[in-house]
Amino acid sequence: MLLIKCPWCGERDESEFSYAGEAHIARPLETEKLSDEAWADYLFMRKNPKGAHREQWLHAAGCRRYFNAERDTVSYRISATYKIDEKPPRDQSRNQS
Amino acid sequence: MTQRLRTEAGGRVDRECEIQFSFNGKNYTGLKGDTLCSALLANGVHLIGRSWKYHRPRGVITAGAEEPNAIFQMEKGNRTIPNARGTQVELYDSLEAHPVNAWPSLDFDLMSINSWFARMMPAGFYYKTFMWPKAMWMKYEHFIRKASGLGVAPRENDPDRYEHTHQHCDVLIVGGGVAGLSAALAAARSGARVILADEQSEFGGLTLASPTRIDDIDASQWIEQAVAQLAAMDEVTLLPRSTVFGYHDYNFLTINQRLTDHLPLSERNGGREKVWQVRAHQVVLATGAAERPLVFANNDRPGTLLASAVSTYANRYAVKPGKRAVIFTNNDSAYQTALDLKAAQVEVVAVVDARSDSSSELANTVRSAGIQVINGSVVVDTSGGKHLRSVQVMRLSADGKSVSSNPKSFNCDLLALSGGWSPVVHLHAQSGGRPVWDDETAMFCPGSPTQAQISVGGANGELGLAGCLVEGTTAGNDAARACGFDADSKPASADAVTSDAILPLWNVPSPYTRGRGPKAFIDLQNDVSVADILLAVREGYQSVEHVKRYTAMGFGTDQGKLGNINGMAILAEAQGQTIAETGTTTYRPNYTPISFGAIAGQHLGDQLFDPVRKTAMHVWHQENGAEFENVGQWKRPWYYPKNGESLDDAVNRECLAVRDSVGILDASTLGKIEIKGADSARFLEMIYTNNWMKLEPGKGRYGFMLGEDGMVMDDGVTIRLGEHHFFMHTTTGGAAGVLSWMDRWLQTEWPEMEVYLTSVTDHWATAAVVGPKSRDVVSAVCEGIDFSAAGFPFMASRNGTIGDIECRVNRISFSGELAYEVNVPANHGRYMWEKLMQAGKPFNITPYGTETMHVLRAEKGYVIVGQDTDGSVTVEDLGLGWAISKTKADFLGKRSLRRLDTVRKDRKQLVGLLTEDPHSVIPEGAQLVNDPRAPVPMPMQGHVSSSYFSACCGHSIALALVKGGHHRMGETVYAPLANGRVIKATITEPVFYDKEGSKPDV
Amino acid sequence: MSRYSIFSLVRNALSYHENWSAAWRSPEPKAQYDALIIGGGGHGLATAYYLAKEHGMKNIAVLEKGWIGGGNTGRNTTIVRSNYLWDESAHLYEKSMKLWEGLSQDLNYNVMFSQRGVYNLGHNLQDMRDIQRRVNANRLNGIDGHVVSAQEIKQAIPEINIDQGCRYPIIGASFQPRGGVARHDAVAWGFARGADRAGVDIIQNCEVTAIRQENGVVTGVETTRGAIKANKIGVVVAGHCSVLAEMAGFRMPIESHPLQALVSEPIKPVINTVIMSNAVHGYISQSDKGDLVIGAGIDSYTGYGQRGSYSGIEHTVAAICEMFPMFKRVRMNRQWGGIVDTTPDACPIIGNTPVKGLYFNCGWGTGGFKATPGSGWVFAHNVANGEPHELNRAFALDRFVTGFLIDEHGAAGVAH
Repeated sequence: MLLIKCPWCGERDESEFSYAGEAHIARPLETEKLSDEAWADYLFMRKNPKGAHREQWLHAAGCRRYFNAERDTVSYRISATYKIDEKPPRDQSRNQS
Repeated sequence: MTQRLRTEAGGRVDRECEIQFSFNGKNYTGLKGDTLCSALLANGVHLIGRSWKYHRPRGVITAGAEEPNAIFQMEKGNRTIPNARGTQVELYDSLEAHPVNAWPSLDFDLMSINSWFARMMPAGFYYKTFMWPKAMWMKYEHFIRKASGLGVAPRENDPDRYEHTHQHCDVLIVGGGVAGLSAALAAARSGARVILADEQSEFGGLTLASPTRIDDIDASQWIEQAVAQLAAMDEVTLLPRSTVFGYHDYNFLTINQRLTDHLPLSERNGGREKVWQVRAHQVVLATGAAERPLVFANNDRPGTLLASAVSTYANRYAVKPGKRAVIFTNNDSAYQTALDLKAAQVEVVAVVDARSDSSSELANTVRSAGIQVINGSVVVDTSGGKHLRSVQVMRLSADGKSVSSNPKSFNCDLLALSGGWSPVVHLHAQSGGRPVWDDETAMFCPGSPTQAQISVGGANGELGLAGCLVEGTTAGNDAARACGFDADSKPASADAVTSDAILPLWNVPSPYTRGRGPKAFIDLQNDVSVADILLAVREGYQSVEHVKRYTAMGFGTDQGKLGNINGMAILAEAQGQTIAETGTTTYRPNYTPISFGAIAGQHLGDQLFDPVRKTAMHVWHQENGAEFENVGQWKRPWYYPKNGESLDDAVNRECLAVRDSVGILDASTLGKIEIKGADSARFLEMIYTNNWMKLEPGKGRYGFMLGEDGMVMDDGVTIRLGEHHFFMHTTTGGAAGVLSWMDRWLQTEWPEMEVYLTSVTDHWATAAVVGPKSRDVVSAVCEGIDFSAAGFPFMASRNGTIGDIECRVNRISFSGELAYEVNVPANHGRYMWEKLMQAGKPFNITPYGTETMHVLRAEKGYVIVGQDTDGSVTVEDLGLGWAISKTKADFLGKRSLRRLDTVRKDRKQLVGLLTEDPHSVIPEGAQLVNDPRAPVPMPMQGHVSSSYFSACCGHSIALALVKGGHHRMGETVYAPLANGRVIKATITEPVFYDKEGSKPDV
Repeated sequence: MSRYSIFSLVRNALSYHENWSAAWRSPEPKAQYDALIIGGGGHGLATAYYLAKEHGMKNIAVLEKGWIGGGNTGRNTTIVRSNYLWDESAHLYEKSMKLWEGLSQDLNYNVMFSQRGVYNLGHNLQDMRDIQRRVNANRLNGIDGHVVSAQEIKQAIPEINIDQGCRYPIIGASFQPRGGVARHDAVAWGFARGADRAGVDIIQNCEVTAIRQENGVVTGVETTRGAIKANKIGVVVAGHCSVLAEMAGFRMPIESHPLQALVSEPIKPVINTVIMSNAVHGYISQSDKGDLVIGAGIDSYTGYGQRGSYSGIEHTVAAICEMFPMFKRVRMNRQWGGIVDTTPDACPIIGNTPVKGLYFNCGWGTGGFKATPGSGWVFAHNVANGEPHELNRAFALDRFVTGFLIDEHGAAGVAH
């Protein structure tokens, strides 16, 4: 059971949150100019790393805000959570885990 | 029957309080404080079960959670418990226990014929046979299944209740032996909030009844004082009879507290078990250590027990587990058992010690007590039937790898085994720690913790009393300090005892060729012997996980607590590896088995399994005989049968009433979201496929929402209430998802937009008044609104009042009729509903449910997202391309509409179907084909998504998704049904009623 | 290599079972193979087996980073069925079902495939529409199955609760009589033994650390046991396909999630079939050993930890107690987790990749076990011929570009 620190509300049990997938996938601005491949890349392709992963969570049963978390997908340790408009913590090597 | 094997004095049983119980149909007497097993032993009952595979006679071997043999079916009927461990069942009055896995009886078990065939049944024999003839497998399997399993599941519903509680604490201490008590005292004295959980009824662990002293008083007295001190502290929660069964991420632990199982059936009130879900800042694992048995031929006869269990039975339960005992050990601790037995006036024939020398103080005490110690020797075999009769002892060679001849036989009815100790590292391992093998002590000890946690005492490999007190106290202090408390307790003192080193002994050397002699058991419950491990290795199953799975070692109800370490060591030996190289299997929750009921708790039944959502008019619907349908979490009226009408009759009546006069539908469950802010219209431009900028206030528009994959996700009417204010309707099931979806875009992608979303589904009660007479009804109820066709056009919204209640009326139609949706604050829902019913009386206003709603909309070809779409349907597929803006540069999902697959001409498209026989209704879900005589696999053209008899049209109607359907009007398709019937139908436009669409415009 | 039968069992009993040979060898890896299969789970071993058996390739190796069958093969709830909605899935899973039906004999290893039927329960009217639709499609595709009422379910499974007053009452089900369960470990071991007999090298404790390629053509791998050359490499690494794809330089439309399962203590036979409920998230059968085998839903977050959240277990156990109230006093013995690779359309990806000679078979989500023989069979064809078999053509990676998805979860597809 994860313990997630909502940047707005503090530490809460996992059951208050819902997972929203990989973070920092910007929606392309001019979608009509994209090739099918580029659109598919945005739509479906995911990093899905084994190790540090930046991901979105929604504090669904709380403040209803989306925020980002950096979580290790093996140990499940959350090294940081940060607001949507904040920069992610210092880049870490993907292969640390 | 008398308890002929009670000691004269001592023990923690109440000799004044006798308890009657029965086992295997016979009545016995025990004492308060007994477990089922101690009471049986007191009565001289050793044979308590049969083993799983060979049906060998088996007796109690332990006094705790690691017990593999003493498995019982407790009680009968709705209170029965399969597979209860008798070592942990507290005796209560009129307890009734039955053996498991014996047929027809425990004493005469026909299945023990299996032991005759034992040689034919090595590990994994079933993988090698039962393959011929092929068709026979299910028959073979039938008998295999019958022979498997232990107890019997209850056949009646459980009368008991189970509870959950959630707690936070500073320090959670698992295990209430002296180490755990020391930790609890240290942490609690600092003011920290402490939970101390122990699986037994009394705190004190193995020390509870041991003849040792702490702080110069009897250990049991010290324990009593410690518990009393803790109980008096406000921030301390003591949980006896509470097993910590899972250790999860972020110091989340689950504890199962047994509240009533120790009471006579007649006295059981309230919840049976309570699961505590605890988040702890710090965890101290003081789970102790468990003794290992020794592995040699016929080491499973009733009368063979762990040495520590023998001590526990003698000291704590005042039971003599036999009359003549032999002790077989490779370490010092069993010498204490010799002294304990002597004190209990049991004759100790000999201590057989594999070590060539034992000269610790304890060993010498045993010798000076006149007990024979035979060093450098091992027990190689035993004899006996349903009870042990004698053991055979041989000398161990100097290298410890073989034995000399001339076995010496000792008659005895009790064999106490000690093969060393294993720290109970289960919870440490569950938490992410990796146990580390220590050669010197021959133990897997806890590795580095990965969470805020420390192991102490026996769980940390510390077997001495003094050390446990120190480790516990230090850990308690440290844990409290880590939580910000000042903690500086001093440990209690006990005499330090020095002991000689253990001589690790796994597969005890024997005169038999390896793997050939009588079976030497490792896992007693699953009948896994040394030969099975050797066979697995020989056959290439080398990983410890393979061996475990191939032999079933450790898969029993004891989860390998007793035998796994021996098994892994024997595997390592067989492979010529070190034990560290072989490693352990994974320790998984649960530590001990936990009732499903306890895990489910109160999340059951018609109210609490999942929340029930009811509209403000729900009670009215009930009072008026509605049948309900679950739609998401909502209860919606399905239809209102009158005078025993069938569903079809009721729906026909309701449909006609709507089309001819007026009907009323509870539409409160539709999702409602208020959208406000300067960029609301711009936002909707992205969310919906059509245009929203130019919609004038007071008007609504129907819109489709797509996923980014271009598929229809939700639909509904959104009304513009003001320049920067919209009111969105979603589908009933889609409301929560749509809100999160829109929130996500706003918060993560378009934060520059000024838009505020508020879910108001539950704030409004909505009645849809539908039919040609609807205007008469609503205008009689709602004041302050010009209901004239010109004053209140289709898709418009007006505010008014009903009495002194504000209402909003939307002229929306999901039926093709003139219709108004009247909204009032939810608390006034029933008032509004009854006013409308009253005003509708002259027109025979008819309440209708979801089924009639479905028919009415299908007559008009209106789709229901989720019924006529399935996540693979586009707006174009529905023939509603007009709803997609051709001018907008972008909206969610737009780009996907240009992909190769989405522009295909032969996509499945929504059409109508008219059956050849107008009265035959194609079942929903029917598949359509061009040629019903084509061979299987028959090429399918699509399927029927909605299908009804339309009373209004006088014939059946259906909506279907058909390949290239939009260009196949007039073509014939067939629906071949499961019963062999084939329904012929013609493809049509999906609108069956009022094709001109003039009705709502009156 | 001894053949398994009752006669060989008797013969070997006389010699204390000391003459059985290893079910598979443990050879050192060679420097070069004609084909490499990365991943020694059921699918990978099946691929190697069929490569040897159907395509005559003998100089091949299976590389397993741990022990064979240690991933999802040994962690699933062993349900086998083929009653999928869409033609593409139905044909693939039915191929697999047909292979299951002769697998023990084909492998000469009893995988205990037990056709005790599979019920997929419906709890609301839309569930029942979807069930009708799926069963009708199955029937026309030649797959057995029919729709049963709540009463018929009760007749077949007297312990089940069909009380219409409960929160989500059971109102019907689809039933596939040919569905059932199998012994999961035995599937891996049987395929391993079969492949080994045909000359395949099964190399355990050999983790691939890099995929070598030249000009877009695969040339071999680096492993913890040295470099190995091969021009054909099939990757079948459920739970880690994104990791391997990254080594090869491309991304996959895949997210890896924890999936949990649990078993009760062994009890005497009480459930004689397989019962699956998507709506309340509980799947249950009883193993030959007597354990109730119960599957949960996947955890929402991605994870390679082979463990999920307790709340998932709690919810699933509640669902089981709703369906079988009498099991409340039965006890849960053990829980565990696997890693499932999920795709956007809940269908696997089987076929070619942007790298020539490199093939992927992945994305089976929660339902890979049942496909084991069929998956190996089509993937062997794909690896041997460099192009897909008719049965796996639709499961190509490029469907995510063209949009030709096979939307099993969108259309009443059920998990597991």
